[in-house]
Amino acid sequence: MSSTFIQVIASGLLLGAVYALFSSGLTLIWGMMNVINFAHGDFVMLGMYVAFVVWTVMGGGPAAAVPIAALVLASLGIVCYFVLIRHITRGPMLAQILGTFGLALLLRYSAFWYFGTSFRTLPETLVGGTLPIGPIRIESSRLLAGVVALVVTVCLHLLLTRTTLGSRMLAVAEDADAAELMGIRPDRMQAIAWGLAAAATGIAGALIANFFYVAPSVGETLAIVAFVTVSLGGFGSVPGALAAGLLIGIVEQVSAYAIGAIYKDIVVYALFVLALWLRPVGLMGRA
Amino acid sequence: MMKRAAWPIASAVLLGYPLIFSTPFQQRLGALILLYAIGASAWNIVGGYAGLISVGHAVFFGCGAYGALASYQYLGLPPIGGLPIGVAASIGIAAIVGIPTLRLSGHYFSMATIAVAELVRLVVSNSEWLGGAQGLSGPPVPRTLLDLSFVSALPYYYVFLGVLAAMLALTRQMERSRIGYYLRAIHDSERAARTLGVPVSRYKLYAYMMSAALTAVAGALYAVMFGFVDPESGLGILISIKMLIMAALGGAGLLLGPLAGAVILVPLEEFSNSLLGGVGAGVTFLVYGAIIVVIARLQPGGLLRPIPGALRKRSARAKS
Repeated sequence: MSSTFIQVIASGLLLGAVYALFSSGLTLIWGMMNVINFAHGDFVMLGMYVAFVVWTVMGGGPAAAVPIAALVLASLGIVCYFVLIRHITRGPMLAQILGTFGLALLLRYSAFWYFGTSFRTLPETLVGGTLPIGPIRIESSRLLAGVVALVVTVCLHLLLTRTTLGSRMLAVAEDADAAELMGIRPDRMQAIAWGLAAAATGIAGALIANFFYVAPSVGETLAIVAFVTVSLGGFGSVPGALAAGLLIGIVEQVSAYAIGAIYKDIVVYALFVLALWLRPVGLMGRA
Repeated sequence: MMKRAAWPIASAVLLGYPLIFSTPFQQRLGALILLYAIGASAWNIVGGYAGLISVGHAVFFGCGAYGALASYQYLGLPPIGGLPIGVAASIGIAAIVGIPTLRLSGHYFSMATIAVAELVRLVVSNSEWLGGAQGLSGPPVPRTLLDLSFVSALPYYYVFLGVLAAMLALTRQMERSRIGYYLRAIHDSERAARTLGVPVSRYKLYAYMMSAALTAVAGALYAVMFGFVDPESGLGILISIKMLIMAALGGAGLLLGPLAGAVILVPLEEFSNSLLGGVGAGVTFLVYGAIIVVIARLQPGGLLRPIPGALRKRSARAKS
């Protein structure tokens, strides 16, 4: 294998890890409550702005931005849950789309109103340079995002499968009424799920801001990628989102390299539809 | 008594609106409300009645818009002459897309339709023949009356009103016929409908194709009025979402739901656009978002859907 090809695969993996990172929050609430969060991309956008504000106000890098973004977004997620989401989860699916899309507009245009429309970028020196690893070179900002993505995804998965809190959350996801009879409070579990999902999404945003432009409308682009990743992986499956993210990252980079950059997304969407046709519940979803 | 008076009053309001509110902005606003109502009513057939939440109807809207302007560009037809081409393309795409995706359940179907719409948008953006990222334009100067190119929005208003009336009449007919009952049965419980012998897959596909064809009509009318379409305005995800939001806000699966949604949301959006560039734009979209959130929270079935409490009161009154 030529070193160019290894480089392509490596950048595909890193990109895929980032996709997995900003999809893990979405898949968590999707699996927990069967809600598509159309405001998901805008949560990522807010995470990016947190990183931007942390840098302009305190001159801080990701070491400061990541925990702050996680805290800010977790609080926002919990507030959104109690004010809005709790009331629309019992409604029809359309009401959920309506409610979360309205939330998306509120978040997007609050950012628009406060920060303006201009595209902003963080200075490259914040997480600078490229690392030579063997025959290839990797941008350290992307490497950082990729590594954190893996850590967060593994932590979420362990939390869900190995802890009492996780079992309670899964019990609520399975059957909220039965869980309530067992003394688990569905409201509290779902609020925690929203907090966790929003925190993971905030972390993703804070890290992506190191190599991606920040603008109020950026969420729209990112949300579609997250939707595809989550449904390819199977709703509610954290490992599924990781596998799907990595797969999409590699497919995107390989097709950009082999056919041309303008065709990479076309290939991804076509393969996605094909995959759903063959496996209607995603790679790791439950039938 | 109230009900019998409602139709003539509604018709009089709709017919008289552009004569009473006769500034260009108000007439344009009226025409746009009707145009969006046409799109949302078309979506309503598959999204509302059959309960298949498509978030990719922009594909069919784009078929109509591109069909109209491509037949002007390459065949020299008046744009409206491209309508059959757009509708045919739309039905074809609906069949090709529908067969693999309609068997997906709930959210997976929605996600597949988003992906298909994005796929088509990207293909068209990279197609020289369809104008690429620049898009296609209609005749710069009207050649004949058939080009339907008017400065005033008044003629468009009445054309759109006629189309909307025809579409609603068709939908009403569908509601009362076999396909309407089948679709509502599928919406309530696909499994139960299948058990009772409803040919579920076939009727889902029929509804999808019918909705696609009517959405293409909306797209063609858009292209005729604006004389321009590009990948964003014809095939962007926002087009799909707007159809869905308007129908859901007014009441999905109700005949007049989409019109009610358009009456509320289109003016808000137009006021925002006319203020664009100022601080006003952000604020009006905040209001837009807030209205959607409040309605989803308080009236999850849409504005026109009767409140369960009120229904009970009425039937109690009927009994006494």
